[in-house]
Amino acid sequence: MYVSGLQLTDFRSWAEIDLELGRGPTALIGANGQGKTNLVEAIGYTATLASHRVAADAPMVRSGADRAVIRTRVERGGRQTLVELELNPGKANRARINRSPVPRAREVVGLLRTVLFAPEDLSLVRGDPSERRRFLDDLLVARAPRMAGVRADYERVLKQRNALLKTAFLAKRSGGGDMRTLDVWDAHLAQSGAELLAARLELVEAMAPHVESAYKEISNGQGETGLAYKCSLGDAMPDSSDREVLGAALLSELARVRPQEVERGVSLVGPHRDELVLTLSSAGTPLPVKGYASHGESWSVALALRLASYTLLRDDAPGTDGEPVLILDDVFAELDVGRRQRLAELVQGAEQVLVTAAVPDDVPEALVGGRYDVHDGTVTRVR
Amino acid sequence: MYEGAVQDLIDELGRLPGVGPKSAQRIAFHLLAADPVDVRRLVSALTEVKEKVRFCRICGNVSEQDDCRVCRDPRRDLTVICVVEEPKDVVAIEKTREFRGRYHVLGGAISPIEGVGPDDLRVRELMIRLQDGGVTELILATDPNLEGEATATYLARLVKPMGLRVTRLASGLPVGGDLEYADEVTLGRAFEGRRQVDV
Repeated sequence: MYVSGLQLTDFRSWAEIDLELGRGPTALIGANGQGKTNLVEAIGYTATLASHRVAADAPMVRSGADRAVIRTRVERGGRQTLVELELNPGKANRARINRSPVPRAREVVGLLRTVLFAPEDLSLVRGDPSERRRFLDDLLVARAPRMAGVRADYERVLKQRNALLKTAFLAKRSGGGDMRTLDVWDAHLAQSGAELLAARLELVEAMAPHVESAYKEISNGQGETGLAYKCSLGDAMPDSSDREVLGAALLSELARVRPQEVERGVSLVGPHRDELVLTLSSAGTPLPVKGYASHGESWSVALALRLASYTLLRDDAPGTDGEPVLILDDVFAELDVGRRQRLAELVQGAEQVLVTAAVPDDVPEALVGGRYDVHDGTVTRVR
Repeated sequence: MYEGAVQDLIDELGRLPGVGPKSAQRIAFHLLAADPVDVRRLVSALTEVKEKVRFCRICGNVSEQDDCRVCRDPRRDLTVICVVEEPKDVVAIEKTREFRGRYHVLGGAISPIEGVGPDDLRVRELMIRLQDGGVTELILATDPNLEGEATATYLARLVKPMGLRVTRLASGLPVGGDLEYADEVTLGRAFEGRRQVDV
């Protein structure tokens, strides 16, 4: 699939813009603060209904305007789909597909698929474990929309259970305490937790070879990266990734740590405490990426993670119909010439690649198919 | 801001569930323009609901007498109790005319976030009703969301030693709807709860 047109109204710095895009690589070049990233952010938002830069919608509406509109034309298997999104901060966003309104904006998720690399991705490697858990869960949802429900269920159970533990903790100090319903929450936590855990384990297993090979290609064989899923079950982790086995393991572990949980008032076991461990080995010794790797290396590992998710999403659907649109937002400035070149080679076969850069020389020749200059609120096609 | 009484009315109306500031203002001006007789009727309806209505001693449903209409009805099957969260759930089930047993209204669902535990619900009353052994089936008809499911699980575990039949309402596809319009979670549940077609 590819995006053939993007039209924005009052989105970020753009009052009005109408952009025609084509297959293959396209570079958007412009000085800092001209709104290059805003363009690709809008495309990313159409795909996931979330920005890669901010959590709330309000910053995406041009200051002074009430609402922002994103119109994205998606070409898929010779058919055109027009996705229109209206962002109303503080109110429900509205969506139309091919000019007909849909009851919930969520319906548009999945019509366009993107994989977006951005400077923010460095936190995938350097940030808290929660960043990596979110990366895994987002990818799970992109591959199977049903997982959005599982993820939401788990988060809800966790909130309820933590609330109970907290009141139990306070009640215990004043004597008494109502622990009778904790068993019930344990059961629900184990059930939805096992489902999430099983899906993550399967994902990590499927992704690992892709991450390793992508890193090897970017780094030209200098060092190897590895990834492992570290579960909060610890030694109690079963070998199987069967949902029932995992559920039983979670349940018995919850029973074991219950005294500590009541003591501290938080849930200590479950997918919300897990970690995706990234390692980098040179000369055979694997070291954690976080804290040991250089800036360029960390950045390359983050890229490898994104490239692997691109490969997974692409291979999920036969043909080019499901092939996600690749967006490389300001990624080249951070890499040495060799890594730039090899990254360009890796992605140039994609159906559509959108690249942003401040300096034209940063973009490898292979990725300058169409070139647009972004300057002073206008986008001009240079070639 | 409006003057005195008008603003007070708007503020009071705005505290009702589902009524925002705009709607509150609209209702307030509707009342101002309405016939005094109509307004007086509304006022007496409001006062009466607080004075006359109380909760059924047996099931906790809203009632104008000590016992509600369902519990007073001698034709009702005394061996089945259907547990629901709110009185409005009783009305919903009564409309089906399928259920001939009696109800038990909990008054909510277990939700630690909102500080609601079993003691805040009419669980003790339910246990007392079950103790005399006349009831053979308990139908758990709490909402099919996380809190409703947790409440159902809790009750099922609590009454297990009593050895009665405990059932839970099925989750699945709406009747008369289209499969394609069902959301993934509902459709997934419907798959889990599929049953054999008898021919």
